[in-house]
Amino acid sequence: MSVEVQTETVAAEQTVTVAETEKDARPIALQVRDLNFYYGKSHALHDISLNFPERSVTGMIGPSGCGKSTLLRVLNRMYDLYPGQKATGEVIFDGQNILATGVDLNVLRSRIGMVFQKPTPFPMSIYDNIAFGIRLHERVSRSEMDGRVEDALRRVALWSEVQDRLSSSATAMSGGQQQRLCIARTIAVRPEVILLDEPTSALDPVSTARIEELLDELKTEFTIAIVTHNMQQAARCADQVAFFYMGKLIEVDSTARMFTTPREQQTQDYITGRFG
Amino acid sequence: MATSRSLLRSDRSASLLLRRKITDRMATGLSWLAMLIVVCVLGSILWTLVKNGLAGLSINLFTHSMAAPGQNGGLANAIMGSLLQTGLAILLGTPAGLLTGIYLAEYGANNVLARTVRFVSDMLLSAPSILIGLFIYMVLVAPLGHFSGYAGSLALAILAMPIVVRTTEDMLYLVPVAMREAGIALGAPKWRVILFICLRAARGGILTGVLLAVARVAGETAPLLFTSLGNSEWSVDMNRPMASLPVAIYQYAGSAYQDWMQQAWTGALLVTLGVLVINIVVRVGTRGGRT
Repeated sequence: MSVEVQTETVAAEQTVTVAETEKDARPIALQVRDLNFYYGKSHALHDISLNFPERSVTGMIGPSGCGKSTLLRVLNRMYDLYPGQKATGEVIFDGQNILATGVDLNVLRSRIGMVFQKPTPFPMSIYDNIAFGIRLHERVSRSEMDGRVEDALRRVALWSEVQDRLSSSATAMSGGQQQRLCIARTIAVRPEVILLDEPTSALDPVSTARIEELLDELKTEFTIAIVTHNMQQAARCADQVAFFYMGKLIEVDSTARMFTTPREQQTQDYITGRFG
Repeated sequence: MATSRSLLRSDRSASLLLRRKITDRMATGLSWLAMLIVVCVLGSILWTLVKNGLAGLSINLFTHSMAAPGQNGGLANAIMGSLLQTGLAILLGTPAGLLTGIYLAEYGANNVLARTVRFVSDMLLSAPSILIGLFIYMVLVAPLGHFSGYAGSLALAILAMPIVVRTTEDMLYLVPVAMREAGIALGAPKWRVILFICLRAARGGILTGVLLAVARVAGETAPLLFTSLGNSEWSVDMNRPMASLPVAIYQYAGSAYQDWMQQAWTGALLVTLGVLVINIVVRVGTRGGRT
């Protein structure tokens, strides 16, 4: 089966045919070009080319081990922590190839934030969890910091729940609250892109719904890439969906078309639950 | 036929269940027995210590220095000496051990240097403490020509260090990878992640390690015999020979005088209580700090 996806043509096609034309005409925040990724000798991603339009949600779906999380970890160069992992190709962000040597990774990661599968509150107070990220990149006065922390917590709808116990430990919160705190911590740094790696798979349905609502609000300001195992979630939250299978990008399209008239048989099989 | 077969099967599972039940009871019983033996031994040591030590507890003990038998001496200089030497040893050994542990867990991983350091540190952990005393005697006491509290502290620091190294390394390994990645993902450099996230997450365990080290060195006698020697006068000058509780206990317990022997018991009780109090204080102080 041929799975060569020319992202440019896909994007061009969308501008013409999809009803929400304006949405797809958005500038591209992140552009992945001919990306190959290797865990040691194992070839995990094959010739991926994919655009992430600005201020919209790109959902990444596919069965376990298909490479969607791997791609996410390329986008903020998280793989750099592990010797033996290697990426070739280009990821263009703000006119620069972030895979090039000499890129300041700390600055890059402040502009491309990441939220993980399991909530990862730091062993400190709720306030300090948020302030930690801000302090890394900016010098702010105490009062400004208070404002930034409050703002971040308000935007994830956590402020009313925790305003009276900002100085208590973040690890004592519920799982859903912890995950919202992690999102607040990420947006407090004021990134341009937020990567979410199955952010709700460890949460109950109510917490999941709250996070999904949150994504809708966040996408007015941030470019969002979300990896999910949950097809309904992708259908609910994403503007465009990319389907991965065995390290290859099979298909990428607007969410509506992806779930109604996918072009590839494999996509059809996966979203109808025939495998994966 | 069908009935007999199903009967047979339920028979078999019944006997299997019975066997499991018996095994379970036996294993539980043995655990209890082992626990009782350990508690009895510990309890009897503590009981003997309290019974014999309590009798000698008096204000005099804390206000007077050691004196000849029958002179109504105390242990003030030994208590002070132990506090100073143990304190300095922990002040020296903890940072060195902490930094080494961080190197082993976060930077060295499995390279040759890390493996060597880990091996040497583990060997130090089980080395006879008298060897450490002799070592310090040779490199410090003999060249300088006199015993001193500093030399004693250094010997104790060398004993404390590998304990801190091992617990720091072990506790850092327990910090989930996801938490480190979360720090890195915010744009934090590695050293900040280690210092402000990993060490915080591991602080309860590391503190326990430091306390273990305190407990270990506070009761050491052998490394002090060749280093700080002991001193029957009141002295807080660490550049001179210095008294300590373990050495005083060693000296008094081997004597033939009733009052010295009494004070040896009381001194042993003091060391034990001291370690206990530090443990409780730190436990209460860091409650809720573990994650």
